[in-house]
Amino acid sequence: MAFDIFAELPKLLWLVIAVAAFLAVIGVLLLAVDGGPRTRYDWWQATCFLAPAGILLLTGLVYPVIRTTVLSFHGPGGDTSVGWDNYVWMFTRPEILLVLRNTFLWVIFAPVLATATGLVYSVLVDRSRYESIAKSLLFMPMAISFVGASIIWKFVYAFRPANADQIGLLNQLLVWAGGEPRQWLLEGPLNTLLLIVVLIWIQAGFAMVILSAAIKAIPAEIVEAARIDGVNGWQQFWRITLPSIWPTVTVVLITISVQTLKIFDIVRTMTGGQFGTSVIANEMYSQAFRYGQLGHGSALAVFMFLLVIPLVLIQIRNARRTREAQSL
Amino acid sequence: MVTPIRPSRGTAVAATSLSLVLLATGCDYLSGTGGTSAERGGAGCEPFAEWADVEGGTVDIYASIRDEEGERMQRAWKNFSECTGINIRYEGSGEFEAQVQVKIDGGNAPDIAFFPQPGLLSRFVESGDALPLPESVAKRAQEGYPEDWLQYVEHDGKLYGTPLGANVKSFVWYSPGFFTENGYETPTTWDDLIKLSDAMADDGVKPWCAGIESGEATGWPVTDWLENVMLREHGPDVYDQWIDHEIPFDDPKVATALDRVGDILRNPDYVNGGHGGVKSIATTSSQDGGIPILEDKCGMYLMGSFYAAQWPEGTEIAEDGDVFAFNLPTIDEEIGTPVLGGGEFTAAFSDRPEVVAVQEYLATVDYANRRAQEGAWFSAHKELDLNALDNPNDRFAAELLRDPDTVFRWDGGDYMPAAVGSGTFWRAMTNWINGSDTEDVLGYVEQSWPKS
Repeated sequence: MAFDIFAELPKLLWLVIAVAAFLAVIGVLLLAVDGGPRTRYDWWQATCFLAPAGILLLTGLVYPVIRTTVLSFHGPGGDTSVGWDNYVWMFTRPEILLVLRNTFLWVIFAPVLATATGLVYSVLVDRSRYESIAKSLLFMPMAISFVGASIIWKFVYAFRPANADQIGLLNQLLVWAGGEPRQWLLEGPLNTLLLIVVLIWIQAGFAMVILSAAIKAIPAEIVEAARIDGVNGWQQFWRITLPSIWPTVTVVLITISVQTLKIFDIVRTMTGGQFGTSVIANEMYSQAFRYGQLGHGSALAVFMFLLVIPLVLIQIRNARRTREAQSL
Repeated sequence: MVTPIRPSRGTAVAATSLSLVLLATGCDYLSGTGGTSAERGGAGCEPFAEWADVEGGTVDIYASIRDEEGERMQRAWKNFSECTGINIRYEGSGEFEAQVQVKIDGGNAPDIAFFPQPGLLSRFVESGDALPLPESVAKRAQEGYPEDWLQYVEHDGKLYGTPLGANVKSFVWYSPGFFTENGYETPTTWDDLIKLSDAMADDGVKPWCAGIESGEATGWPVTDWLENVMLREHGPDVYDQWIDHEIPFDDPKVATALDRVGDILRNPDYVNGGHGGVKSIATTSSQDGGIPILEDKCGMYLMGSFYAAQWPEGTEIAEDGDVFAFNLPTIDEEIGTPVLGGGEFTAAFSDRPEVVAVQEYLATVDYANRRAQEGAWFSAHKELDLNALDNPNDRFAAELLRDPDTVFRWDGGDYMPAAVGSGTFWRAMTNWINGSDTEDVLGYVEQSWPKS
């Protein structure tokens, strides 16, 4: 369909309205701040500026958390109370235990492998001649959406019978090596690991960029002193580089872990959770919205929330410690 | 040190009032007070005379029908909309099943929704969100459509939906050219079907194609296989008990039916023409599944009448064309050949006069004919003009539905609770294709049937 400016006009108008609404809110806010009391003016100012964020946080985060928790103790329609049944269901049904196992595999492998790949890569290309080109190559997948990346990798794993032309890269390599093409996405738990590869492919670039910056921040004197003492590359990595950037490594690990816990798009696009590859976020969506089992879905959501909390706490503690170290 | 610039009071007032003015005028324009509504009562509006008194207004429709199909549907009601001044706002979504729940729970229900699954609709009947059909609509539905279509949307003696489009899911697609070349005949009994399959296998062709990959819905084509065989082997009464959960899902009768399906789908000599071994069924998409028929790499493909749209451009669908379909044969003489099928039901969530008018119109034969003229569609309406159907496959299916001797049954999976019908049933069938035991997978579905 050709682009018709008049047909698109309502959309543009919505855009204008949205911007105008935003400006109106800011304007009213500024007027309110301006007209505040002269005594304790700073308190008044803080309240006015924090209130919008506070209200959004309450309605968009705190209230849904409470409601989800309440729903997790209720039946499919959210009206009858069933006690702990949904949680019992979650930890007794074999297909949900499989989902929990898969999530566990994701959280173990994806962050560690993505961080390790990024770290090794950034050490290897550090101060080399083509550093910037090499880095952008690894970073590029970051620019692709999860769904897009999943579609690309679905082609990598594609299967055609032995006598036909292979369209999947992996099977073609296998055929060239003299093997039989395999149906990669059907075999568990291998298929979960193959899906994890997609996340590593996307996230390694993120890990590399952050870690590379940290490596460059290691004081040159330390490196030089080590050189004079005669360390080899291996020792330098384990004794100097890794300890110096360890706080950054943990930040990257935890960030990717949180990402991994809520992984949804890759599983949904590549297998739809079939063939024993479902993970918590995917199962939660299916249970709550497709199957009409609001209670089951909410219980899964609450469980996922509980898993994320410790990671967030570690992250906050780290941030605080870094700040304290800097203020010394 | 940079001094922060503090906007003067005058600037703030000006900015605020300008924004507010913009807001007010913009909203006004979008709500339509500024524009003109379509011309009412012009030429060619006679068929819509009975709705001439309706005050216009806007009706929101939400459904799963998208793209080309969605455009055709909207063209079919365009005249109605222009003549009555009722503006129909249509939204088609690929996530309909999940999102309709979100919309309705969020107090944002559409005026009318088209449900492909009566099981999903009954969830909203139970919650009290869906409204029973007004008298005038119910009457039209009863006059226009066969009784066995309406029983799926009847709750406590009240109708909650009117049928819209239809499809038939008992079709076996084949290539007439390939059949005549090799002297094969379309079978009328199950034994003939197996003999035909053996003959093809002996001639070095895999007789069957199959493909069940469909993202999260992977597995659904096997549910159609099982339902078809249940219906033919044990008859409509047992079938009804099964989908109503009056007999357990893993009843021995279901197991024998599934094993019969397995004789074809899990038989390495029979599948999977052009795609690979038995397991390739799980990774072949349902759209690609039947294509090897055109290259004579397989003989037959069981798939709904809607598969007509999947053949590559230029494929002739006719009794003597490139592809055609026959009805899956009889298993038991006494039961005959019941037809399995599906379609959509319209259900309303509000009862403003313009909503009722649209509901009334969608139930008329006038709409059905207009929609049929747009192509690739048919319905179970008793007076649908068969000459308006644009391919012989649709005509064959519509005739089958209209035949008073035809026993019709709705796709069982779409009627079961969603946790089973669009969840465990699909997964179980996928696992079964991958090699799980018949008893195990049926037991797994039985376990997951919601208790209440």
